[in-house]
Amino acid sequence: MGDRSFRIRGVDYADLSTLLSDEEILIQHTAREFVAGEVLPIINGHHRHETFPGELIPRLGEMGFLGATIPAEFGGAELGAVAYGLLNQELERGDSGLRSFVSVQTALCMFPIFTYGSEEQKQRWLPAMSRGEAIGCFGLTEPDVGSNPKALKTRAVRTTDGWRLTGTKMWITNGSIADLAIVWARDEQDQIRGFIVEKDFNGFSAPLMKGKFSLRASVTSELVLDGVVVPDANVLPGAVGLSAPLSCLTQARYSIAWGVIGAAMACYESSLKYASERIQFGKPIASFQLTQEKLVWMLTEITKAQLLAHQLGRLKEQGQLRFQQVSLAKRNNVWMARECARLARELHGANGIIDEYPVMRHLMNLEAVLTYEGTHEMHTLIIGEDITGIGAFD
Amino acid sequence: MKIFVLIKQVAAQGSVVKIDGDGRWVEETNLVFTANESDNYALEEALLMKEAHGGEVVVCTLGPERARQVVKDALAKGADRAIFFRDDQFADLDSNALGEVFARILREEEFDLILSGLQADDTGEAELGPILAQKLNLPHVTMVVETELPDGVIKVKQELEGGWFRFVEADLPALLTIQSGINQPRYASLKGIMAMKKKEIREITMADLGITAAELSAMQSITRLYIPEKIKETTFIEGSAEEIATKLVDVLSNEAKVI
Repeated sequence: MGDRSFRIRGVDYADLSTLLSDEEILIQHTAREFVAGEVLPIINGHHRHETFPGELIPRLGEMGFLGATIPAEFGGAELGAVAYGLLNQELERGDSGLRSFVSVQTALCMFPIFTYGSEEQKQRWLPAMSRGEAIGCFGLTEPDVGSNPKALKTRAVRTTDGWRLTGTKMWITNGSIADLAIVWARDEQDQIRGFIVEKDFNGFSAPLMKGKFSLRASVTSELVLDGVVVPDANVLPGAVGLSAPLSCLTQARYSIAWGVIGAAMACYESSLKYASERIQFGKPIASFQLTQEKLVWMLTEITKAQLLAHQLGRLKEQGQLRFQQVSLAKRNNVWMARECARLARELHGANGIIDEYPVMRHLMNLEAVLTYEGTHEMHTLIIGEDITGIGAFD
Repeated sequence: MKIFVLIKQVAAQGSVVKIDGDGRWVEETNLVFTANESDNYALEEALLMKEAHGGEVVVCTLGPERARQVVKDALAKGADRAIFFRDDQFADLDSNALGEVFARILREEEFDLILSGLQADDTGEAELGPILAQKLNLPHVTMVVETELPDGVIKVKQELEGGWFRFVEADLPALLTIQSGINQPRYASLKGIMAMKKKEIREITMADLGITAAELSAMQSITRLYIPEKIKETTFIEGSAEEIATKLVDVLSNEAKVI
């Protein structure tokens, strides 16, 4: 484990660095430098114009940020869960849209292909996806099916040499730029199955959803499946039943629980600097008790969120992590980050709403993060069911 | 090609520095440390040479335990092995003594090139490279902004003052100090970081060198360190345009004496 002089960059009030290996700290450093050098200079432009920074995709591949947790033979860097968490934290310190891109590629597409896919599917897709040469998206949510994926309506009908998929997916990150979609559909025996739908399959289209106030630097799409014929070679053989897509969501929610700490850190760091430099009544506004209270609240909640995420990471590395614990961290940390962004917006006064500062962008992004990958309310009920034994939904 | 790169760990740019109690160095407690900027360019230049011509890149760092970070960072970026002069007794050495320390180890090694950054961002002396070259009896070129490696020699473009450049050719082995901006330093990739764990870091202490404190006696020392003192005030001239113009002419001719 690292000594105290070898530290993560940024907020580390509880000396968390002492719990990290040198490799984990270096991963945090390199991700932070990458975001500072490559992401922050361009992200406002993309946010303003509602475009995804696609020019970063090959760079993300070169850095090893795509599918970082999978084995080296498939192009991964074999990162542990804490290192992967720190990576997500730093990416979201740049922008939630960027972290979403990486999370979807890694946790929602490469993870199911690696976990439920055939050897041929792994060989065909994972190395290309790790290089950013193939982009994935994940189609579970539908126009009428959000929190209750059991009710999904997309149908998969057996044909002589494959399956015919019919249905519509919505709120799909990366959809319009994806080369493949992991689509979840119900077969004639009422089983939920996973399919790799390629972008040029007949009947498949992925129109872009526009007009978002949140995750503007991210692609969000519909997926239209109009009798798409999927060959048997593109069925995920190990993915039968709702537990398969839910296991992917657990992976993605884990990366969110870490990622939003980065968004909160960006808001806190901007606030601390602004409060120290902004002079009112002849002194920095950091001199005022009301300002100090906001800063201390942010620092305290970020520190608690870091400790929670760290412990979950270590549990994950030991194979001991339960999905309800991931719900606890997703629920708490996203709420924490959203509150930090709101406080930071207040602390920055009028400057809080302009994109010279990162605060409003994070605040707007976090509104989507609060809802996607399980709403705040659903995570409350997942934990509620776990501790009482009584399901309040279903 | 076998290339040694000297890398120093310094406080990160933008750090808020405070002078320490005895007024001769800065308080280090809350500083963030990182690799010296121009040393990053030196490392990148060495890695590019290795990629083009094959060979080995060895990083050398001198400093307290915290400096291990820049050693590991360089290994993660692609250096093959490291020599880490890790001993608190190395602190406070002047450039001449540091040159002696590095020369002791480098005399044991065979190499084609030694690269370092132009100067350290903290002390700004730009002395170690030329001193080390002298001790190892090597040709050296400072402020290098381009390199080329035809057989057996190194051709470089050297930055001079006033926008002038000079093209220099030197026999190998040689020592170059690299100017920032010569290339685009890479980030450490995740695979590089994971591969770093298996690379050799040779640690060297004062005892390993067989060198006495007397041999390293300082020829220069810092006597006082201070934050630049504010000695000028901005004066605002008020009044009508005519009054301001009259006063401005008076100030420029009688106080500033520039007209």
